[in-house]
Amino acid sequence: MKWFLGHLDQVWQLMLNHAVLALIPLVVGLLLAIPLGWLATRYRVLYSPLIAGTGLLYTIPSLALFILMPLVLGTGILDPVNVVVALTIYTIALLVRTVADGLGSVPDDVVQAATAMGIGRGRRFWSVELPLAVPVIAAGLRVAAVSNVSIVSVAALLGIPQLGSLFTDGFARNFLDPIAVGILACMVLALAMDLAILWISRAATPWLRTRVAT
Amino acid sequence: MNLLWAWLSNPENWQGSSGIPVRVAEHLAYSAATLVLAALVGIPLGLWIGHTGRGRVAVVNLVNGVRSVPTLGLLFAAVLVVGPLLGGDIAFLLPSIFVLVLLAIPPILAGAYAGVEGIDPGARDAARGMGMSSLEILFRVEVPCALPLIFSGVRSAALQVVATATLAASVSLGGLGRFLIDGQAYRDYGQMAGGALLVAVLAVLVDLVFAGVQRLVVSPGLAPVRSARRVRTRAQLATNPT
Amino acid sequence: MISFTDVTKVYPGGTTAVGGLSLTAPTGKITVLVGPSGCGKTTSLRMINRMIEPTSGTIEIDGRDTSTLNPNELRRGIGYVIQSGGLFPHRTILDNIATVPLLLGWDKAKARTRAHELLERVGLDPILGKRYPNQLSGGQQQRVGVARALAADPPVMLMDEPFSAVDPVVREQLQDEFLRLQGELDKTIVFVTHDIDEAMKLGDQVAVLRVGGILAQLATPAKLLADPHDDFVADFLGRDRGYRGLAFAEAPELPLRDEPVVLLGSTVAQAAEIAAGDQWVLVVDDARAPLGWAEPDRLSGLIDRDHLHRGGTVARVGGSLRAALDAALSAPSRRGVLVDEDGRLVGTVRAQDVLSAIERRPAGAVA
Repeated sequence: MKWFLGHLDQVWQLMLNHAVLALIPLVVGLLLAIPLGWLATRYRVLYSPLIAGTGLLYTIPSLALFILMPLVLGTGILDPVNVVVALTIYTIALLVRTVADGLGSVPDDVVQAATAMGIGRGRRFWSVELPLAVPVIAAGLRVAAVSNVSIVSVAALLGIPQLGSLFTDGFARNFLDPIAVGILACMVLALAMDLAILWISRAATPWLRTRVAT
Repeated sequence: MNLLWAWLSNPENWQGSSGIPVRVAEHLAYSAATLVLAALVGIPLGLWIGHTGRGRVAVVNLVNGVRSVPTLGLLFAAVLVVGPLLGGDIAFLLPSIFVLVLLAIPPILAGAYAGVEGIDPGARDAARGMGMSSLEILFRVEVPCALPLIFSGVRSAALQVVATATLAASVSLGGLGRFLIDGQAYRDYGQMAGGALLVAVLAVLVDLVFAGVQRLVVSPGLAPVRSARRVRTRAQLATNPT
Repeated sequence: MISFTDVTKVYPGGTTAVGGLSLTAPTGKITVLVGPSGCGKTTSLRMINRMIEPTSGTIEIDGRDTSTLNPNELRRGIGYVIQSGGLFPHRTILDNIATVPLLLGWDKAKARTRAHELLERVGLDPILGKRYPNQLSGGQQQRVGVARALAADPPVMLMDEPFSAVDPVVREQLQDEFLRLQGELDKTIVFVTHDIDEAMKLGDQVAVLRVGGILAQLATPAKLLADPHDDFVADFLGRDRGYRGLAFAEAPELPLRDEPVVLLGSTVAQAAEIAAGDQWVLVVDDARAPLGWAEPDRLSGLIDRDHLHRGGTVARVGGSLRAALDAALSAPSRRGVLVDEDGRLVGTVRAQDVLSAIERRPAGAVA
C-alpha cells in the first residue's frame, strides 16, 4: 500500500501506456474483422479457410509472436508496434469468427423481410444485419478486450513499458508489492474495458431492453 | 531472418542438455503434467456442475475472472510467495506448475460444464425413462454428448499451458521459453526468434494433435450445428493466447 | 392393466398437479389422457414409471404396486416415448433402438437383429440404421423413438405427446401407422395429448382431465361425443360433436344401388350411353376400383385420368356412418361410392338414405 501511494504517478503512466497498447488493437481488429466476417458469411466457401487461418494465428503464444514480429515488419525488437500488430492479429482471429457467427445468427426471415421491402444489400448489412449481430459481436469483443489487457503485460519481458513492467521490476528486486499492484491495476483496467463495451453494446441495442415485464 | 536461420541450422543447438530436443521434451513434460492435473480437477467438477446444475454462475464468473488476471504477474507472485518456503529447483518448478494448473482449470471446467448443460433435456429424460441409473446416464449419455465441448475446453487449456509454460522460463524454468529469455539476455536475436518459431510450431502441432484425437473420439452424430446459442457459449469459453 | 387409485401429486410450493385421480387403463387398449395445459396429464403419465413420485395414492401395473419395485427395473419394462424424441445424438439409429435390450443384458447380435426388425416395423428404410439422429427428419426421428420404446417388447407403453412436434400431414401418417402397429401388438398404452382430435382418433377410451388433475370424464370417444358429462367436457370436445360422433357409429345395412360404370380409356360416346342421360358417370379401373367421376357431355375422345372429378371421398361397406355420409355429400353426382375391403366398387348410396339410417338410431346411441 505504502509502495503504491509512493508510486502513484508511475503506476498511472504505466496504466495509460497499457490501455493504449490494449485499445488500439481492439479498435483496429474490430474494423478489420467486420469485413472479413462479412466475407465469410457472404461467401460460404471462404468461411472454413478464414476461420482456420485466423485460428492458426490464434494458437501462437504471445511472447513468440512478439519476438517474430520484427521479421515480418522490419521493426526493432523493442518497438511497441510489434505488440500492437500482434494483438491486432489476435483480436482479428477472435472476432472474425464471432462476426461471422453473429451475422449468421441473424434470423433468415428478418433478412428476407428486409430484402422484400427493397432494402439493398449494402444498406441491409448496415441497417439490419450488423445491428442485430451486435450482442454476439460484443460478447466476442469483451473476451478480446480482457485477454488483450492480460497479454500486453507479457511484453514487459521484452522491456516495453506498461503495467507488466511492475512484474519484472518486482521480481528482479524480490519485492511483492509492485507485482500485487500491477495485477490489481491490470484487473481494474480489464474490468473497465469490459464494462465499457457492455455499456456501449446495451446502448446500441435498445430493443433488447424493452421486453415486457413479467 | 538470417540470424534465425543461422541459429536453427547450427548443429550445436540441437545437442546436449540445453539443446532443442531436450527443451522440447521439457516443454511437453510440463504441459502434459499440468494438463493432466487440471483435467483431473476440471472435468469431474464440470460434469458434476452440469449434471446437478449447481454453481453455474460461479463457473461463468470464474472463467471471466481468471481471464482478467495477468498470467505473468500471477507467475511472479506465486514464485515470490511460495518459492522461499520450498528451496532448491523445486522452488521455481512447483509454483509455476501450480499457476499453470490454476490457469488451465477454468477452460476445462467450463467446457465440461457447458457440454453437459447443453445436452437435449429430452435425451436425458428418455435415458431415465428407459431405466438407466444415474451413473449410466452420466457415462452413456452425458459424457459422450458433452465430449465436443469437453474437448474444446481441453484444447483451449492446452494452448494456454503451452504458451504460459514459455513464460515460465523467466522464473528459471526449462522448456523452449529458455531460448526466448536467454536470447533476450544475451541480445541474441537469432536464438530468440528461433525459439519463438519453435514455440509457435509446437503450439500449432499440439492443437492439431488434439483436433485429430477429437475427430477420432467424438461421435460423428455430434457434428456441430451452428446456432446462436453455441456461438455465445464459444465466446464465453475462449481463452487468452497468453 | 394399469390402475390409479386416488393418486395425488402436490409439488413443493403447494401446486396440486394431480388431485385424487382414479382410473384404469385396460390391458391391450389405448387410454388417452387429454386436457388443457396444467391438467396434470403429463405428470400422471410420468408417475406410472416413477419419473415423478406420487404424493399419495397407489399405481398398480397388473396388480403390482409400482412403489414396491426398483424404479430402474420398472422403467426397463415400460416403453417410453416423448415429444422431442429424445434420441441420443451420439449413437446411430440402430444403437438407439438397441438401448434397452442392451441394458437388459441381451447379447449384441440379438439386440441388433431386433433393432433391424423394428426399424422396418415402424416403416423406416433399413439404410437409416447406420445414420445419426441429426440426419433424420422430425417424423423419422419420432418413428425411431417409437421403435426404441418397443425394442424390448414391453407390455406397457407410455407416450407423451409423441406426434405433436411434427407437421399435420406427417402427424396423420404417424397416427395411422401407430394404429396399424397397435393392431398387431396389442400393447397396454397410456397416451398423453392436448389435441382432442388425436385423442378421439387414437383412444379406445379417453380420459378428459381438468386443471388441477381432476378427472372430468372417462369414456369411449363415441360416448364422450354423444353424452358429455358437463359443460367443461362439452366445450373441450368442441363443435360438430353430432357429426363427429357418426365416425364411431358403424353404418347399418344401407340401401345400396348398382352404379353403372365405365372403364378408364373408354370413348366418351360409350360413357354417354352408359350414363343414360345422367350428368355424371363413375369411372373405374380394370379391378373395378373407383377412380373418379366423369361428365361425358363436356368431354370428347377417350376418357383419361385428367378428365376425372376427384372431389368425392370413398367409404367402406361396414365403415362408419360419417364416412358414408361424407362420401355422398362430397360426390359431384351426390351418390356416395362404397367399396369392399380390397377397394373394389360395391355400389353407391344417397345422402338421404344415410340420413334416414341415422334417424332410425335411438337418440344418444353409442356404437
